[in-house]
Amino acid sequence: MGKTVIEKILQSHSEGRTEPGKIVWVDLDVRSARDFGGPNVVKNFQREYGDAPVADKEKTFFTFDLSVPACTRKYAENQQICRKFARKQGIKVFDVDKGIGSHILMEEGLASPGKTVVGTDSHLNILGAVNCFSQGMGDVDITFAFKSGKIWFEVPETMKVQLEGQIRWPATAKDLTLCILKHMGTQKAALKAVEFYGEAVENLSLAGRITLCSMETEMAGITGFIPRGKRLSSEERKEFPRLSFSPLHAERGAHYSDECTIDVHNLNPQVAVPFSPTRVQSVSELKNIHVDSGFIGSCTNGRVEDFKAAAQVLKGRKVKPGIMLKLVPATRRVYERLLQEGILEILFESGAIVSNPGCGGCAEGHIGLTGSGEVQISTGNRNFAGKQGRGEIYLASPAVVAASCVKGRIASPEDV
Amino acid sequence: MEKSMISGRIWVLTNNRGELIEDIDTDQIYHNAHLHITEISEMGQYALGNLKGWEDFSQKAQPGDILIGGRNFGAGSSRQQAVDCFLSLRLAAVIAPSFGAIYFRNAVNSALPVFKCPDLKEYVEKGKMESGDRIEVNYRTGEGTVVNKRFDFFVEPMSDVQEGILRAGGLFNYEKTLNTT
Repeated sequence: MGKTVIEKILQSHSEGRTEPGKIVWVDLDVRSARDFGGPNVVKNFQREYGDAPVADKEKTFFTFDLSVPACTRKYAENQQICRKFARKQGIKVFDVDKGIGSHILMEEGLASPGKTVVGTDSHLNILGAVNCFSQGMGDVDITFAFKSGKIWFEVPETMKVQLEGQIRWPATAKDLTLCILKHMGTQKAALKAVEFYGEAVENLSLAGRITLCSMETEMAGITGFIPRGKRLSSEERKEFPRLSFSPLHAERGAHYSDECTIDVHNLNPQVAVPFSPTRVQSVSELKNIHVDSGFIGSCTNGRVEDFKAAAQVLKGRKVKPGIMLKLVPATRRVYERLLQEGILEILFESGAIVSNPGCGGCAEGHIGLTGSGEVQISTGNRNFAGKQGRGEIYLASPAVVAASCVKGRIASPEDV
Repeated sequence: MEKSMISGRIWVLTNNRGELIEDIDTDQIYHNAHLHITEISEMGQYALGNLKGWEDFSQKAQPGDILIGGRNFGAGSSRQQAVDCFLSLRLAAVIAPSFGAIYFRNAVNSALPVFKCPDLKEYVEKGKMESGDRIEVNYRTGEGTVVNKRFDFFVEPMSDVQEGILRAGGLFNYEKTLNTT
């Protein structure tokens, strides 16, 4: 019997036969910790192992992306705890200037097809976008991973999702993702790896694949793969200079626990309404909803392509007075590309606030929260009650967020 | 008794209709009001304290008892205390048809024996397992017996990995037994 993508990757990083339901020890190519979770990893490590070295400092990293630079005393202290440990151990820190850790791992080529990565980020499975096995875990597991270079993992079942049809502007990768979330809910893909097939996903850019794979977490899945993803374009190679990307196929005769087909013909812009990412409606059903603020960024929609889509809508237009539009590039490299291509200027001219890279705006980070009664339209991945302050969060694509901030109510890019 | 055997008196987590309670979340197992407690020995008194009909569980449970739960046991948050409170009461094991993914990881890492038993609901419905029964489980073969009813059942055998961590007394201790350089 052939192997699915996740079975192939886990097989090549463990001993014995890999089959669904079996627990295996996985050799890790990368283990990482953020400024949340990281301090507990350091405390656990020092309590259990004293001054012992990590298993391989070349494969161990800290990535600071949550409160960057630290905006509370707690984060300032926690980042220092990690920096001191890293200096002593010779571990590389991607510090507060660099951006979202998972994206840095892709740009640096540390996460690439067939590799295995763990860290303290519940959206780390986003690395499925580059056909890499990755998993967010708690501080006990990551401490163990730092020390041993391994993690135990139960090989999951794999589900196959076939998409029928193509997507066209103004629908984008985010609308496709929200449509899939509406279909899958939190049950169908729960505890499974998912392989996505069909032109709609196979034609996505890497940024689009990142958007889809980032929200596998919201489907309660283990991770998602697009095995036949396109190779990188010359533009993408500038954005991911050290990443070597190639398709990673499932073997002939691979076994899938279930298969389903989702029709995405004529897909319109989609929005997830409070307070669940799976409560998805068309923009056309929500056009009377007033918005107070917008956010574009996060590990889901923080790439150059995402800001280009926003700029396409905002060029020559202004964010409606009284509305706040917050933009946070995923990484410093994205920021640089936006500068070089003149996109940042368009966004600035529209009246948007542009901040340094990181998880702010989605996580409780450096670009503020929402207040009671505030309605925000966001490109993030979660709209749970209380996550971004007391306001109500609607999830949408960068183009829809931009259009909504011009109109002052939920809008499609075609409405401006 | 062989070392691969676990035995004890069971508590079957049923509702007032006698059905196994499904989706028991970590807030029902260990309420967030007690998260400030850091001593494991103090956590046992709050175990299941927020689960309707089972608020007095910590007074009834004895060391060595085994908990029988419904599907998706330990759903919800990643809180380690939802495992630690059972270690505090020195329960011998938790058996359920399935577990929340993080809960299962936390239990394995803390050396609390957890077993998946897909047919558990049927056993309970048919009266084959009731609170107060005594069971034995061989965690290598998955063979189990309700001793006082002479009823045989199966759980999924423990994997080598889970057994290794259990024997070492937890994930951190397990690491100390590895031959790492």
